[in-house]
Amino acid sequence: MAADSPKGVLVTPIFKNNPIALQILGVCSALAVTTSMSVSLVMTLAVVFVCAFSNLFVSLIRQHIPSSIRIIVQVTIIASLVIVVDQVLRAFAYQMSQQLSVFVGLIITNCIILGRAEGFAMQNSPKMSFIDGVGNGLGYGVVLMVVGFFRELFGSGSVFGFTVLQPVQDGGWYVPNGLMLLPPSAFFIIGLMIWVIREAYPEQVEENEFKMKHNTEPKEAV
Amino acid sequence: MAQSNNSIKKILIVAFALCIVCSVVVSTAAVALRPMQALNEELDRKTNILRVANLYESGMDVEAAFAEIEPRVVDLRTGEYTDQFDPDTFNHFQAARDPASSRTLSGERDIAGLSRQENYATVYLVGDGDNPDQIIVPIRGQGLWGLMRGYMSIEGDGNTIVGITYYEHSETPGLGAEVNNPRWQAQWEGKKIYADDGSLNPAIRVARGSGSGDHEVDGLSGATLTANGVTNMLQFWLSPEGFGEYLARFRDDISHEEAQDADVELDAEGA
Repeated sequence: MAADSPKGVLVTPIFKNNPIALQILGVCSALAVTTSMSVSLVMTLAVVFVCAFSNLFVSLIRQHIPSSIRIIVQVTIIASLVIVVDQVLRAFAYQMSQQLSVFVGLIITNCIILGRAEGFAMQNSPKMSFIDGVGNGLGYGVVLMVVGFFRELFGSGSVFGFTVLQPVQDGGWYVPNGLMLLPPSAFFIIGLMIWVIREAYPEQVEENEFKMKHNTEPKEAV
Repeated sequence: MAQSNNSIKKILIVAFALCIVCSVVVSTAAVALRPMQALNEELDRKTNILRVANLYESGMDVEAAFAEIEPRVVDLRTGEYTDQFDPDTFNHFQAARDPASSRTLSGERDIAGLSRQENYATVYLVGDGDNPDQIIVPIRGQGLWGLMRGYMSIEGDGNTIVGITYYEHSETPGLGAEVNNPRWQAQWEGKKIYADDGSLNPAIRVARGSGSGDHEVDGLSGATLTANGVTNMLQFWLSPEGFGEYLARFRDDISHEEAQDADVELDAEGA
């Protein structure tokens, strides 16, 4: 794998080994915060920050973390970073933090971050771990932005808050699709994304766990 | 290495050191950013008050404009002003939690889903304090997902609505959250709260589908429960349980004696 170079570590998680599309981690928050693109963007930045720095700090003290309490140590580091992010958002981007509400706090439970801390930062150098955190945060962000783009475009007729399709209730022609504003639509879009990504990287397609038998041949009626 | 890492001594040292470092980081962030956060919340609240009174323009000096508005604390039980509290610092959410300054609500009386209601509330007067152009009252109540907090601005006649806004709610974006859509809010302007018969109980409501007449506004499609929440909190806060008594002072269609009579009737019902 090309994942050993810093560039590989940074780029691989974005499409080839995307945390949402391939590992199916962190889907819950991807459903919740993708109703508009600006919210998705802030969420992406928050996750990149938390993932990068939690990886960095875990990696820095990885020689000293007792294996029996390593998960607690990782979660403590992640939780502290998340609280700092939440406080900063409330001080400098009040409107945005209102919209993100509990989902900033829920970054703590985002499986991607704990997964990278446990799976990568515990075995690798601080520098590589930091880059890996940024890469995985961006991989999460790419999915968020794509899902956010479609949900905001078809659900509210706008992109980043700028009206593209004038909705009917503002005197335009576009009838917004209410389903797009509800969480199930994110499932559909993520599912379609996984399909597209696996078409591009066929090696991601998993082997069937079992094979279906062929249907018995229908016999012609005598 | 692995062995020494897992000794009890090492575990305790690592856990303790980590906790100290993390708590220092978290508390530093919280304490250092607290003043800015409080400022933001206050500014947001003031912006909402100005917005509901149609006085807000983007980029304006919110503090300066807000200084023109006179806050007064009202005793909700009598509808009279009280000087017991400083209106600039009085917090009616805290008052609602303190048994000394609040009452419990239950059953049919608690249509807004509050369970406790404060006895005093801050109103904001635009223009002359004795004969205001607009009266801005705080409203709150349960929506679909949680408590919705906002303001309603009423003209000096105590009956005609200027506007409504919510500064805190957790309704579904695109559906219930449309309560903050300017187009939906615009249709509140000019609606009348009370029927012509001098009743202290509000007639204003959010209709299912499109509203008609002076006392109805259009419903929110896909957000019936949020709309019901809005209706319920208005029915509650504008009735004698809330600001009904207070607003009656400003109304032309109701003499002060009638208000007193209605008051007695209500007490009789209560007993």
